[in-house]
Amino acid sequence: MLKYGIKRVFAAILAVIILITATFFLMHMVPGSPFLSERMTDKVKANLEKKYGLDKPLTTQYLIYVDNLLQGDMGTSLQKKGRSVVGIIEEKFPYSAKLGAFAIILALSVGIPLGAIAAINHEKLIDRLVMLFTTIFISVPGFVFGTLLLVIFCAILKIAPATWTDSPANYVLPVISLSFYPICYITKLTRSSMLETLGQDYIKTAHAKGLSAFKVHFKHALKNSAIPVISYVGPLTAFLFSGTFAVEKLFSVPGLGRFFVDSVSNRDYPVIMGTTIFLGCLMVMMNLIVDFVYGMVDPRIKLR
Amino acid sequence: MKKTETQPKKVSLRLNPFSMHVNPDLFVPASEEEKQELVITREGTSLWKDAMRRFRKNKFAMVALGLIILLVLFAFVGPLLSQYDYDQFNPGHEDQAPNWQHPFGTDRFGRDLLVRNMYGARISLSIGIIAAALTLVIGSLYGSISGFTGGRTDNIMMRVIDIIYSLPDLLVVILLSATLKVPLEKILESSAAFSGISELGPAFFSMLIVFALMYWGTMARIVRGEVLRIKEQEYVLAARALGANSGRIIRRHVLPNCIGPIIVTTTLQIPSAIFTESFLSFIGLGISAPLASLGSMVTDALQGVYSYPTRVVFPSVIIALIILAFNTVGDALRDVLDPRMKK
Repeated sequence: MLKYGIKRVFAAILAVIILITATFFLMHMVPGSPFLSERMTDKVKANLEKKYGLDKPLTTQYLIYVDNLLQGDMGTSLQKKGRSVVGIIEEKFPYSAKLGAFAIILALSVGIPLGAIAAINHEKLIDRLVMLFTTIFISVPGFVFGTLLLVIFCAILKIAPATWTDSPANYVLPVISLSFYPICYITKLTRSSMLETLGQDYIKTAHAKGLSAFKVHFKHALKNSAIPVISYVGPLTAFLFSGTFAVEKLFSVPGLGRFFVDSVSNRDYPVIMGTTIFLGCLMVMMNLIVDFVYGMVDPRIKLR
Repeated sequence: MKKTETQPKKVSLRLNPFSMHVNPDLFVPASEEEKQELVITREGTSLWKDAMRRFRKNKFAMVALGLIILLVLFAFVGPLLSQYDYDQFNPGHEDQAPNWQHPFGTDRFGRDLLVRNMYGARISLSIGIIAAALTLVIGSLYGSISGFTGGRTDNIMMRVIDIIYSLPDLLVVILLSATLKVPLEKILESSAAFSGISELGPAFFSMLIVFALMYWGTMARIVRGEVLRIKEQEYVLAARALGANSGRIIRRHVLPNCIGPIIVTTTLQIPSAIFTESFLSFIGLGISAPLASLGSMVTDALQGVYSYPTRVVFPSVIIALIILAFNTVGDALRDVLDPRMKK
C-alpha cells in the first residue's frame, strides 16, 4: 500500500513537472511578442521586455519562473495590466468550481439511481427506455446540448435569464448542460456494474433470507456496484473543468474556463501558463485522490 | 447441414421382428441422389462472414451505417450539386430564414448555410477519419513494438503512455493548437508545395498534429495487450523456429490476429476526434473563417441566437448525428468482432 502510494504520488509529481515544463516552452516557442499589437518605439518595447524578464535566455527565464511558482507567484497578466495571475485565478475560479461541483452532484444523484432502476428492471420497458435515451444522448457533446438549451429556454421560451447576474437561476442551464454527458455515462456504468452484482450468489442469499427487495437492491447490490462509478469521478472532474471552457462561453459565465480561452487568443503568456498549471495540478490531484479512495473502498483491489 | 425435405423412409432391419431374416433392401447401393444428400451443403464460414452476418442483424447499426453514408454524401457530394459556394456572398439574400431557395437559410453576409453546413460536415468527417488513421498507425506500431519486445523497453514505453494519460488532454490540445497555429501558417505560406492544401488553413493541420501526438495511447495499450497474448501462441513459436524474423512475425502473425480490436478502436476514435474538433472550433481555437466547421458555425450563430435560432440548430444536430452514427457502428462492431471487450 505504502509503496504503491509513493509510486503514485511520484508519478503525479512527474506529470506536473512535465506539464509545467511543456507549457513554459510551448508558450515561448510561439513567434510574436505579446506587445506586438501595441504601438510603441523599440526602446519602450525593450524596456517592457526587460521589465517582464523576456530579454534573458529561455532557460534562465524557465528557472526564474519555476522559482517564483514554488513561492506561489505566477507573474502578472500582460493584458490586464498589474493584475497578478494568482489574483485572477482567485477571482474567476470560484464560478467554475461552483459549476463543476453542482454538475458532479447532479450527475451522481441522477445517474446512479437511474442506472440502478434500469438494472433492477432489466429487459423491461423502463430499462429499454433508459438505455435508448442514454445511448442516443451520450453522443451529444455538452456544448451542443447547451446550445440547444440556450435556444429553447432563452431564445424561444424566454424563461431563463439571458445575462449573468450571479443569481441561482443563472446556474441552472450551465450545470444541466455540463452534467448531461456524465449523467448518461454514469447511468450506463451503474447499470452494467449493477447487473453484474445482481447475478452474484450473495444477492440470492439476501433474497432467500427474506430481506425486502428494496434492502437487497439498495443496501447490498448498489453498494457493491459503486466502485466503477467512484473510479470515474477522477476523469469526470477533469472532463467538467474542460467542459467549462465551452459552457462558460455559451452562458457568459465569468469563470476561469472562459478567461483561459480568451487569454489563449490574446497570447497572454503568464495567464495561459498559470491557468494551465493550476487546472492541470487540480486534475492530476483529483485522479490521485480517487485512486486512493478506490483502493480503500474495495479491499479486493490490490494496490500495485 | 442442409435439411433434407423428404426423410429417407426408415427401413427396419428385419422384415419380421421375430424372424432372423435380414432385410436385403438395406444392402442396395445408394443412388446418386442419396449420396448428394450426405454432402455438407453449407459453405465454410470465416470470421468476417460471420461478423458481417451478425452485424446485419443489428438494426440500430444498419440504420447508423445508412446515416453515415448519407452524411458522407451530404458532405462530399452535396456541395457539387449546390449553385452556391461556402464563401460566396449573395447580396440581397442576407439573414434569410430557411426557405426553398436556401433550405437552411442564409447568414448576415448572405452566404448559403446549407452549403456551409455541408463544408463543415466535410471538414469534421475528414478530421475524424484522418485522425483515426493517424492514431491507428502510430498506436499499433508503438503498441506492437512495445508488446513484442517486452522487458524493460516495454516497461519504459508504457510509462510514457501513462504520463501522456495523466496530462489533462484538452488543456494540452488547446495549448498545442494555439502554439502550432503561427509556425504552421508560415510554413503553409512559404512553400509552393502546399498551395493546394493551404486553403484548409493552419488550424486543420495543427489539429491533426495534436491528435497524432495525444490520442494514440489507447490504441497502443490495446494492441500491446493483444500482442502479449498472441506472441505466446504456438504458431508464433513455429514461425520463429522456421527462422522468421521479428518484423515478419509482427506483420504476418501478430497484426492480422489483433485486427478486431484495432478496427473497433479506430472506429470509436473517429467520433472522439470529431468531438474534439468541433469543441476546439466552438471555443474559437480550431477552424476559423472563411472556412466553415460545424463547431465554428455554432459559435458564429450564437451572436444572433435570439433572432435566428435555426442557424444554431442545424450544425448542432449534424454534429450530434455524426457522433451518434459512428458511436453506434463502433459499438456494434465491438459486439461482433470482439466479444471480450463487451462491457
